[in-house]
Amino acid sequence: MKNRLLWPILALVALLLLNLVVTPSFFALRIQDGHLYGGLVDVLKNGAPTLLIAIGMTLVIATRGIDLSVGAVAAIAAAVTCVHIGTSPDAGTALAGMAIALVLCAALGLWNGFLVAGLGIQPIIATLVLMTAGRGIAMLVTEGQIITVNNDAYRQVGAGFVVLPVSILISLAVLGLVALTTRKTALGMLIEAVGVNPEASRLAGVRSRTIIWTVYVFAAVCAGIAGLMISSNVSAADANSNGLWIEMDAILAVVIGGTSLAGGRYSLTGTLLGSLIIQTLTTTVYTIGVAAEVTLVFKAVVVITVCLIQSPKARAALSFRKVAVS
Amino acid sequence: MTALTTRLPARFLPVLATVVLFVITFGAGSLRYDGFASGQVIANLFIDNAFLIVLAAGMTFVILSGGIDLSVGSVVALSTMVTAAGLRAGWPVPLVIIAVLLIGSTLGLLMGVVIHKFDIQPFIVTLAGMFLARGLCFLISVESVSIKDATFREVATAVIELPGGVTITYNVVIALLVVLAALYVLHRTRFGRTVYAVGGNEQSALLMGLPTARTKVGVYVISGFCSALAGLLFSLYMLSGYGLHAVGMELDAIAAVVIGGTLLAGGLGYVLGSLAGVLVLGTIQTLISFQGTLSSWWTKIVIGALLLVFIAVQRGMIRGRRRQAAVAS
Repeated sequence: MKNRLLWPILALVALLLLNLVVTPSFFALRIQDGHLYGGLVDVLKNGAPTLLIAIGMTLVIATRGIDLSVGAVAAIAAAVTCVHIGTSPDAGTALAGMAIALVLCAALGLWNGFLVAGLGIQPIIATLVLMTAGRGIAMLVTEGQIITVNNDAYRQVGAGFVVLPVSILISLAVLGLVALTTRKTALGMLIEAVGVNPEASRLAGVRSRTIIWTVYVFAAVCAGIAGLMISSNVSAADANSNGLWIEMDAILAVVIGGTSLAGGRYSLTGTLLGSLIIQTLTTTVYTIGVAAEVTLVFKAVVVITVCLIQSPKARAALSFRKVAVS
Repeated sequence: MTALTTRLPARFLPVLATVVLFVITFGAGSLRYDGFASGQVIANLFIDNAFLIVLAAGMTFVILSGGIDLSVGSVVALSTMVTAAGLRAGWPVPLVIIAVLLIGSTLGLLMGVVIHKFDIQPFIVTLAGMFLARGLCFLISVESVSIKDATFREVATAVIELPGGVTITYNVVIALLVVLAALYVLHRTRFGRTVYAVGGNEQSALLMGLPTARTKVGVYVISGFCSALAGLLFSLYMLSGYGLHAVGMELDAIAAVVIGGTLLAGGLGYVLGSLAGVLVLGTIQTLISFQGTLSSWWTKIVIGALLLVFIAVQRGMIRGRRRQAAVAS
């Protein structure tokens, strides 16, 4: 376990050191009006939605699935909440809007779970349906407009502070909760069992289908909360751009963290590290002063490097060469 | 009807369903709107979707072999960027074309080699390829670059007169040639048979002594080449290169292939089905623009719904076949 997390940790440390070299004040933290500010806090705040989605994605991938629809679900959650809030500055309306959005997200998760566990459709394709249609649905809700809201209670989710940004507190709380419920009970092992062999686990008395339904619902709810964070941070819902490509970032974070796409084992610590690496990478590219869009090239390099390091075949080839040299 | 089903093998049914769907959607449009059933509207279907036809043809190879290629949209964008930047720098047109096709094929080759040699999921490797290609676009230029080359513009605007006053562009001819070439390769060459075999059961294909390694890498080279070619067609269509061109086009290509009846698990499907899939998607778009009051997002919702229906039908077919096999044994 330690060994598997070694490379992600090294990558993260290297990235942070690079930041320190470029901007010496990167690690400086200061407290202003009871809020903590600084480069590291920025990384955490901007990385919170990706981390949250990646947590849900980790469990889905552990069951040998994948959820491509999370970005679209995030957009739907943002759209529904902002349309419900409208021009109201009322905290109650904001809460009701968020509640409606999250219930809807759970329903969308049920739908994904139904396609995967109920009909037995390949997860990539099953969730592709909602990925394609979901953005259309979000645009239907907002009628193609960018909905701006002015609601203080809603702003707290994505832009608020309780010493640390509220968004990262939410993500870390979910991470802690998931870690407790899956690692302190048998649930984590059951999820992994389903990932190794759904049929065998079913015969062994594990409720494979229920577990698969549950992880898709959980992933969709995580995506919904992340969508709320993203839209609340700018007090607006944009059905086109909210959560665009976030499913790819989340999958990358999970893979970088050492969770195998083949299912059957997962590491929540790895996912946390993976999300931090991705966000630090984005921040680093910004601070170095390269065009933000070029981040994609670095992401590609990181993904391939990490995948090669984790690939048994690549390792075998490397160690063979070492033996041959000695 | 029974005579028809007995004569037609069940494997042709999904393709047939797509063609019927195309006829129904097109027929509905012609009944509802004046001027819908004109030859030019059909020709426009091909003109506006020429690049998607080429992409879908390449994607069919990958999906038939049991893989997936998420990088195609980004490679299209990269190709438009290289074309625009190359022409701006004064490169001759043939050199630009060769450079673009080489870049696309090389990217495909690299992804194929990584997928095969290191046994990493196609999904994640082509996802990295997607990021890489899009990032490279922005390395060349963050802004949109317009194409001013005279020869290029001439080809782009040139039309071919067909009987009946219908006009098409050279893009359409190239797209149809690609489909013909894909048909030939898949059904008349050893490589094509191996693609089906690898998609059906890789282990068996390997044990039969088929060159699975070369085939698995080859399909990604083909897909990369097709993406680059589609990128050239797209730059002819848009007359500009931009890093944000063709965002999400990989999903359209995958959707067209699936709606065209190709099994996502690999081993079953036809290029002609993918062509029909592209035409269905195009007709839906035309219908929505003819309707006028329906907003563009309905396209996405309808495509999602169609995907769902076809996947469900495929699922039913597989279950049916398993049951038949069980009864037979």
